[in-house]
Amino acid sequence: MSDAVASLPDSPDGTIRPAQSVVTERPWIRWLLIAVALTFLALFLVLPLITVFAQALAKGWGAYLAAFTEPDAQSAIRLTLTVAAIAVPFNLVFGVAAAWAIAKFEFRGKNLLVTLIDLPFSVSPVVSGLIYVLVFGSRGLFGPVLLEHDIQIIFAVPGIVLATVFVTFPFVARQLIPLMQEQGTTEEEAALTLGASGWHAFRTVTLPNIRWGLLYAVLLCNARAMGEFGAVSVVSGHIRGLTNTLPLHVEILYNEYNFVASFAVASLLAGLALVTLVIKSLLEWRYADDIAAGTRRH
Amino acid sequence: MSEAPRPKRRFRQRTVIPGFGLTLGYTLTCLGVIVLLPLATLVAKAAGLGPAGIWAVATDPRVASALRVSFGVSLLAALTASIFGGIVAWVLTRYDFPGRKLADAVVDLPFALPTAVAGIALASLYAPNGAVGSQLAKIGIEAAYTPVGIFIAMVFIGLPFAVRTVQPLIAEIDKEVEEASAILGASRIATLTRVVLPPLIPAVLTGFALAFARGVGEYGSIIFIAGNLPYVSEIAPLLIVIKLSEFDYEGASAIAVIMLAISFVTLLAINLIQAWSRRRFGYV
Repeated sequence: MSDAVASLPDSPDGTIRPAQSVVTERPWIRWLLIAVALTFLALFLVLPLITVFAQALAKGWGAYLAAFTEPDAQSAIRLTLTVAAIAVPFNLVFGVAAAWAIAKFEFRGKNLLVTLIDLPFSVSPVVSGLIYVLVFGSRGLFGPVLLEHDIQIIFAVPGIVLATVFVTFPFVARQLIPLMQEQGTTEEEAALTLGASGWHAFRTVTLPNIRWGLLYAVLLCNARAMGEFGAVSVVSGHIRGLTNTLPLHVEILYNEYNFVASFAVASLLAGLALVTLVIKSLLEWRYADDIAAGTRRH
Repeated sequence: MSEAPRPKRRFRQRTVIPGFGLTLGYTLTCLGVIVLLPLATLVAKAAGLGPAGIWAVATDPRVASALRVSFGVSLLAALTASIFGGIVAWVLTRYDFPGRKLADAVVDLPFALPTAVAGIALASLYAPNGAVGSQLAKIGIEAAYTPVGIFIAMVFIGLPFAVRTVQPLIAEIDKEVEEASAILGASRIATLTRVVLPPLIPAVLTGFALAFARGVGEYGSIIFIAGNLPYVSEIAPLLIVIKLSEFDYEGASAIAVIMLAISFVTLLAINLIQAWSRRRFGYV
């Protein structure tokens, strides 16, 4: 409504035409602010992204592609995919279960539970790794027991998976909780009244309602899982070919002054980030209401 | 009790929807094993040092300097991110210009780009022989391998928080109120500072707090550009890593608990701001 009022003076047949709309700034201030914002975004966000690809291709395509054919890089790619393939489905199941319990039922202590699920977001990545060293490390809480049974978690793949699960823990749950709260329980109740089983109601009523929000959350969860550095760095032990994920491989190459290879591997992760952003934006433009509750996005 | 008997308060309200026990049980088990047990272990480890022990770690010159760098630079970076983030949010929501949707999508880049990738990119850009670093060197600014570099990385990582918390509120501003203000004779500046900006302040503060908390804990995007010189450009998370590699678990835990405590105070502040804003303006 207010838009209609504001755009009235601009209508072509408008005879009363003020010099400018009263709800915006003078043109030169507008353009100045746009220039400031775009310069800032270009300098701080776009330039680093371009740098990754420019540095990766600094010595041509041959050197670029060579970075991916060496065995350490390939094992890093494999490990990163493995870790994401475990951590993302785990958090998907957890997120849906948590959102079901929190959004479809009223019980005491709910706000506390939501706060606790959000906890990993406010913990430094390094601390996220440290806590698992304290639990499963050789001198940690379960260290002696694990040693006795010859099970290694820290400086091995299980530790990397655990740290990744921790840092991506809230993604799916916090996306789905407000969405499912807004959708309420009437549709499920109708399905149950008509004789559907609980699981059937979930599959045919709830799941279609939340699918875009779920896809959106899984996308962001996956990007973080594949790109996590701090937490994984603490628990990995940096054993080449064994416990190096892609981000850790980037670090090792960079510290060895092997810049082309380092940026080449980094460009793979940057490409993943770009694909994530493109799909994310498409989902936001097309299914805004199906992703987040209300009109707010975060 | 002389009061009339009230219905017994239940743990949860009745409903026909099934699966409460199963999903809540699974949620609590995951939460306990993945999040609460490890965090409790950390607190227990640090508590083993006692208050005096934690204080001794916190006041160790190298630790104190790292904490000062982490919190001080993060404060400045969050302030910068909030100011420019506010301008970016305003421009993206209120003005129409070619490339607006692209610019809007770019804002989320720091969320999506792995921190190590951002770290090496920033380091190579701002190094003395880098594209931006060489220009800054001409005017006498050393960016990489100094606290300035830490500042740049923290602004990068904090910007999306500053933009995304303010943006939805700018979109919800009722233009009729602005019109009323203008019709009643207020200048555009007066309308902005006295009608438009005040309701945005809580969101700006929330964005600032989120960017600040993120900057304090940030590791991957900083360590490459920081130079990591003890007492100068060494951040607290890096010191945790160093203590761990020396098998000083107690020291690492103590620094971690100090950082967690300050993060919680920040989060508490955010919640108070939001509660206050709900009372004052009726929304977050």
